Amino acid sequence: MANPIEQFKIQPFVPLKVGGLDISFTNSSAMMVLSVCLITLFLTLSVRSRALVPGRWQSMAEIFYEFIAGMLRDNVGAEGRKYFPFIFSLFMFVLFGNLLGMLPIPVIGFTYTSHVIVTFAMALVVFVGVTVIGFARHGTHYLRMFFPHGAPIATAVILIPIELISYFSRPFSLAVRLFANMTVGHIILKVMGGFVVSLGAFYIVPGIVPFAFLGAITVLEFGIALLQAYVFTILSCIYLHDAIHMH
Amino acid sequence: MPQFDPTFFTPQLFWLLLTFVTLYFVMTTVALPKIGAVLDERQRKIDDNLDKAAQLKAEAEAAVAAYEKALAESRAHAHSVIKEASDRLAAQAEERNKALSAKLAEQIKSGEARIAEAKDKALANVRDVAIEVAGSVFDRLVGASADAAKLEAAVASALKEHGK
Repeated sequence: MANPIEQFKIQPFVPLKVGGLDISFTNSSAMMVLSVCLITLFLTLSVRSRALVPGRWQSMAEIFYEFIAGMLRDNVGAEGRKYFPFIFSLFMFVLFGNLLGMLPIPVIGFTYTSHVIVTFAMALVVFVGVTVIGFARHGTHYLRMFFPHGAPIATAVILIPIELISYFSRPFSLAVRLFANMTVGHIILKVMGGFVVSLGAFYIVPGIVPFAFLGAITVLEFGIALLQAYVFTILSCIYLHDAIHMH
Repeated sequence: MPQFDPTFFTPQLFWLLLTFVTLYFVMTTVALPKIGAVLDERQRKIDDNLDKAAQLKAEAEAAVAAYEKALAESRAHAHSVIKEASDRLAAQAEERNKALSAKLAEQIKSGEARIAEAKDKALANVRDVAIEVAGSVFDRLVGASADAAKLEAAVASALKEHGK
């Protein structure tokens, strides 16, 4: 059976170095480039006809647009409008990373959202951005985030550490949730696939059971790919809401 | 796990930055304005059509109102025409009635006059006949002709005694 961890290995295609910084073009980079290209092609070609009554592709592009616009409107309000391009890019980037990772793409096939450094970098951008927006809008009043109005002074001893921990754990929970979901899902798929091969090699019947299971898990993993992109984005929206409106 | 191997942290971060910034740039400048324009245009068209529909509806309602007004007016007109006609007819009938009753009254009057005249005439005849009869009776009984003036006075008093 192939090592289920093998699939997460980074393979440098073009080793590059700039000023001692390793910026090699790897399978991860290739998938990121592919994602960006596909997102761009999908969103531009689909609305090229500018049809009044949209076709399938245009409908899909519009659904994504309105889904994220609606999410931002519901969770952040009118002030969130200017962060729409960022939230939309974030959603599409994570979604395509998750979905393309599910496809058996030859040579470069890889799930960049299964790497904690990638998810953590995105989560950190969200966290730092949200914190900056919060302080820019509310000044030092933003520190009230850690001690809500109406709470008795005596509870400050407990409340402030709790609020601080919960606030600073946001980027970690955001990053780990996505990375862990993707990693575990792909490991399960790989292990199941290994069972299908090793059991199916002896008898047809015992091979069918893990194969059916693999099919079901694959469907589930596609669902998780969508769901985790959604969760990552909606949590970013909620953090943005907190920064703009406080509690 | 390869995820925790720091060797490939920098290339991943670098390419993440590069691709994500590119994506953000393409989204803000090309893709999102395009989709937004399509959606706005559709919304505008829908609003336009709704406006047009509302306008047409208002027009239709105005037409209905005008029709109903015209109907009410003509109804009122018809009413007034009928009323006028019936008033006129009633007045005419009254006039005719009056004329007829006047005529009848005149006829009655003239009739009564004629009757009175005839009665007078008849009464005069009665007096003449009475004088004559009294004269001839007096002749037979007495055997001599009576004095005409005395006879006339006697008949007149007898007639007066019987009230005519």
